[in-house]
Amino acid sequence: MSFLKIDNVTKRYGAVEVLHRVDIDVQQGEFLVLVGPSGCGKSTLLNMIAGLEEISSGTIAIKDKPMNGVHPSKRNIAMVFQSYALYPNMTVGKNITFGLEMHGVPKEDRDRAMDKVADMLQIKPLLDRKPGQLSGGQRQRVAMGRALVRDPDVFLFDEPLSNLDAKLRVDMRTEIKKLHQRLGTTIVYVTHDQIEAMTLSTRIAVMNGGYIQQLGTPKEIYDTPNNIFVAAFMGSPSMNLLDAVIRIKGPDAAAEITDYNGHPITLPLPLPAASLAGRDGTKVVLGIRPEAITDPDGADKSAKIVVQMQNKIDVTEPAGSDTFITTTMVGKDVIGRMRADAHVNAGDIADLSINMDKAVIFDPKSEDRIV
Amino acid sequence: MSVATQDTALRTGRVARTLIYLFLLLMALFYLLPFGIMVINSLKPLSEITGGNMMSLPQEWTLDAWRAAWSTAQIGVEPTGMRPYFWNSIKMVVPAVAISTVLGALNGYVLTKWRFRGDTILFGLMLFSCFIPFQIVLIPMARVLGLMGLAGTTSGLILVHVVYGIGFSTLYFRNYYAVFPTELVRAAMMDGAGFFRIFWRILMPSSGPITVVCIIWQFTNIWNDFLFGASFADFDSQPITVALNNLVNSSTGVKEYNVHFAGAIYAALPTLLVYIVAGRYFVRGLMSGSVKG
Repeated sequence: MSFLKIDNVTKRYGAVEVLHRVDIDVQQGEFLVLVGPSGCGKSTLLNMIAGLEEISSGTIAIKDKPMNGVHPSKRNIAMVFQSYALYPNMTVGKNITFGLEMHGVPKEDRDRAMDKVADMLQIKPLLDRKPGQLSGGQRQRVAMGRALVRDPDVFLFDEPLSNLDAKLRVDMRTEIKKLHQRLGTTIVYVTHDQIEAMTLSTRIAVMNGGYIQQLGTPKEIYDTPNNIFVAAFMGSPSMNLLDAVIRIKGPDAAAEITDYNGHPITLPLPLPAASLAGRDGTKVVLGIRPEAITDPDGADKSAKIVVQMQNKIDVTEPAGSDTFITTTMVGKDVIGRMRADAHVNAGDIADLSINMDKAVIFDPKSEDRIV
Repeated sequence: MSVATQDTALRTGRVARTLIYLFLLLMALFYLLPFGIMVINSLKPLSEITGGNMMSLPQEWTLDAWRAAWSTAQIGVEPTGMRPYFWNSIKMVVPAVAISTVLGALNGYVLTKWRFRGDTILFGLMLFSCFIPFQIVLIPMARVLGLMGLAGTTSGLILVHVVYGIGFSTLYFRNYYAVFPTELVRAAMMDGAGFFRIFWRILMPSSGPITVVCIIWQFTNIWNDFLFGASFADFDSQPITVALNNLVNSSTGVKEYNVHFAGAIYAALPTLLVYIVAGRYFVRGLMSGSVKG
């Protein structure tokens, strides 16, 4: 039994289908993040769960009760909007209790609920102010307070952090995660920021073009992306995708690429040759995460397959905690991630260690992961 | 806004500045001249006006003309003064302004926040009503009022002005609400507020400036209307504009110019008051529809 069941849901605007047969089961207490580029349908899906958009076909059920056609206020859900959507003419306290008032909750109970939420979010001193007098972070808290006070079955977050500056965003991210751990509520969260998706979620649904590309835990999504889109979208800097040729020798499989000079380099693959049967000599796309390309001293000691090579460094970008380098393989820019103190300079021929344990192979035509 | 004006103002020398102010002062005087003449002459006895000099100040100050215009002057056939017609106008204007403003606000709310198929066409048609000349509807409207049993009544005039006013008030409110964040309406919907609750509790409290604009506009237009008043009203429901015409154009007796001036000022006073009280919100409200903030 799932808590929130999205079953075969499709959304059409006239003849245009923007969401295609989406299926997601969310368990109680799960933190599901819908992530994807703009226009992928993630907000539409969230609005359909909220009841703000009609469902063209399929069903959405909360606690086994179908929600199609049920008014938003009767679904026992609460939503935090991107712009916070605080009522400008009401005080913070009124903003928080407006929903309870509309549901006919008596004043004493409203005030008690408000106090509890204000304590939890540390917004007690703000209760008498108007939203216009608050900073971005404070507004964010009030918006969350308004959602929390209703004690809903499901929380919906629509890009709640995208209006905050970078530092505050990281703080609020932690806050939301703490809140989820403390309350154990079920959350559906929409974002276009893959770092938010990775850090907050218990499960991620990566969406593109109205389809769910992959649904899984952050680790599954990161380590075994279903296709090239997911691989490139998740992770920052994004995964290096190189044209390679498969070479099979007995039980071992390898991918052949070229270095900056065009000399061939053979990279052994962590996959058994059997899984690549029939692909000897064919072209594939090899995916290597930047953190798998390091200076030799920074290589993961527990890695099973590490390949050493020398390559010319085109650009170095010291980021403080790490130094990102750009080098050329198979005629394309490849990003690697070195320790902050690694001695590399642009123009050097440097030693690189390539950790092949987590390398993935995609079919260049279908763009799906092989194996 | 004041900061922006300062930044864009030209830097000018003292001489140029003096000339500019002198010119502005002159223009202001020129604009105020007709009103000034009216006030001055309304405070004179008739003999001073007929004696020749309209421009000079009164030698003998008197409020007789004001009293006469208010309560004893001959209007049409009855010596009632402007008083009953003034109240006729008030009884017509207040409900007409209130109803057309509230309906305009509701229309604007529906046209922006509860969109439906064909809403832009409907809005276009409503806008069209702003451009229909009054004369065209006179005869059909007279027929409609007759059928409804409202011919020659204040209620009939209210209906006519509401129908004509909705076009403009809808335009004002629709443009104002178009930039009102839809997320607020959605949030209120999820909080359980219904159609009218969202309107009264969320939208209306933020609609102050545009409401003032709408009220000033409607009040001025309806108060100053002569054609509908002359066409559709009976003696007991004629608005003040019609009464003023009857006062000034009476073909019998001596022309009491001082009484006419006082009567004209009575007719203009309410719109003047509305501008003085609410005028500073007018520009602010007009601006806020186009540029948010």
